[in-house]
Amino acid sequence: MALFGRGSGSWLTSAAGRRLLPEGWLSGPMPWVIAIMMFLMVLAAATGLALGFAARGLGAHMSGQITIQIVDANRVRRDAAADRIAATVARLPGVASVHRVSDREMAELLQPWLGAGLADNDLPVPAMIDIAFDPRAPGAMQATEAAVRAISPRARIDAHAQWLAPLAGLIGSLRWLAGVLVLLMAAAAAFTVVLAARAALNTHQATIEVMHHLGASDGQIARLFQRRIATDALFGGLVGLALASLVIYSVGDRIADVGSDLLGSVDLPAIAWLILALLPVAGTLLAMLAARLTIITALRRQL
Amino acid sequence: MRPGAANIVQFENVGLRYGASAETLSDISLGLAAGAFYFLTGPSGAGKSSLLRLIYLAQRPSRGLIRMFGEDVVTLPRARMPGFRRRIGTVFQDFRLIPHLSAYENIALPLRVNGVAEADIDTPVREMLDWVGLSGRAYAKPATLSGGEQQRVAIARAVIGRPEILVADEPTGNVDPEMAERLLYLFVALNKLGTTILVATHDLHLVPRVPGAQIIRLDKGRLSMPLPSDMSGNS
Ligand SMILES: Nc1ncnc2c1ncn2[C@@H]1O[C@H](COP(=O)(O)OP(=O)(O)O)[C@@H](O)[C@H]1O
Ligand SMILES: [Mg+2]
Repeated sequence: MALFGRGSGSWLTSAAGRRLLPEGWLSGPMPWVIAIMMFLMVLAAATGLALGFAARGLGAHMSGQITIQIVDANRVRRDAAADRIAATVARLPGVASVHRVSDREMAELLQPWLGAGLADNDLPVPAMIDIAFDPRAPGAMQATEAAVRAISPRARIDAHAQWLAPLAGLIGSLRWLAGVLVLLMAAAAAFTVVLAARAALNTHQATIEVMHHLGASDGQIARLFQRRIATDALFGGLVGLALASLVIYSVGDRIADVGSDLLGSVDLPAIAWLILALLPVAGTLLAMLAARLTIITALRRQL
Repeated sequence: MRPGAANIVQFENVGLRYGASAETLSDISLGLAAGAFYFLTGPSGAGKSSLLRLIYLAQRPSRGLIRMFGEDVVTLPRARMPGFRRRIGTVFQDFRLIPHLSAYENIALPLRVNGVAEADIDTPVREMLDWVGLSGRAYAKPATLSGGEQQRVAIARAVIGRPEILVADEPTGNVDPEMAERLLYLFVALNKLGTTILVATHDLHLVPRVPGAQIIRLDKGRLSMPLPSDMSGNS
């Protein structure tokens, strides 16, 4: 099926073809309905894409990091154990980095809860060691855990996967939801186009009949309407994309203001913007296809 | 060669029934010779328009065989219909001009459907406007034209694609006798160029105006007069 005409269809895109269906450009609610749908669709798609990239970062984090806490009221004993663990683990194969969180960093981390001046009192604070693994070295995490236990059986080992798993699950579900919303919007837009095409067929029934008697093919007649609907859909799609882009931009700024480490990864790379920009184009093609199928189906009912 | 094979239109035992009612056309067998001029006459309701609709491929018969340009059109696949329709010029009883297009644009329509390049449209359209005497009204919309003028636009549109056969349904029905004669002259001129003409009319006064024209009489959906031998399908 040729969505775009060749040969004798060329005049249909000319001024003469435009005169044949006199209804003004952007007449009726169709372009605006499509603009609203495209706006919602781009927002849903952007959310899905952002969550996708966030999930990817999260996945790397989950599979590759653990934190070890050594809790001991005796600060000297605590530091000695921490130093031994850090030194031992650093020599293990598959360990990418070992970071002993300094007391100053701990103080900063705890300040919001415990207030300033933490270093001055005797509150026992655990020693913390962040360990990152090479993702290509399976088993390094287990070996490390065994080594840590051997040195300090009471050390607490937090695999980040444990506490990130529910968040990852939530992000996964939201991504699915975003995908379903995009598909529903596309379906609703397609049905809108079908209705608009049917209305146009009714409005221009007499013209279509004459064209038919003069020997116009179904494809020629369909192309007359396709062009009209494509312009409307493209206009609506671009308006929707522009508005949605504004919203995404300002929401991105808000997130940056919050400054969260986790949400910081909810950011759209260039490839995601490209995908969003292609949505109006895909929508226009979908609209042309829906219009064409509607019109050809109706025309087939005549001889 | 089969009898009547040279005819541009050939009907054999054609019947037409709308829905479940009695047959509107029954046992029609006739042939139209290429290049001839025919009047299809009969009282109102005899089935003239129905017979024309079969010829300009707006309707399939309920039974019987119809051949046009040597091919069976009853079983013709739908995809080939446009090609056949472009070889048939039709003047509808109600003109069917497109109201929002000028006379010029209405007349240009068949050329555009046929894929004629935009540069090659102006000359033939001007010629047709001139031929039907409407050069001065090229950009008028149908609503601002008189009945006779609209009829001439309709004729120009039917003729511009150089059809092999022209069918006209009551072309003189809405015009005064003087205009009727002018229109008839257009058909005669066209016929002299080789186009087969079939004019449906209930107005028998027209017939003697065209020397050599043949008459097909319909009455209650049946051919009612002995036909000249060249017109019957099985002679
Ligand atoms: N589309 C149609 N549906 C049902 N009946 C029709 C239709 N067209 C014509 N008829 C009937 O067929 C008969 C012949 O009509 P028509 O072909 O218009 O005759 P004419 O042109 O000779 O006046 C009439 O009785 C008319 O009511
Ligand atoms: Mg009639």
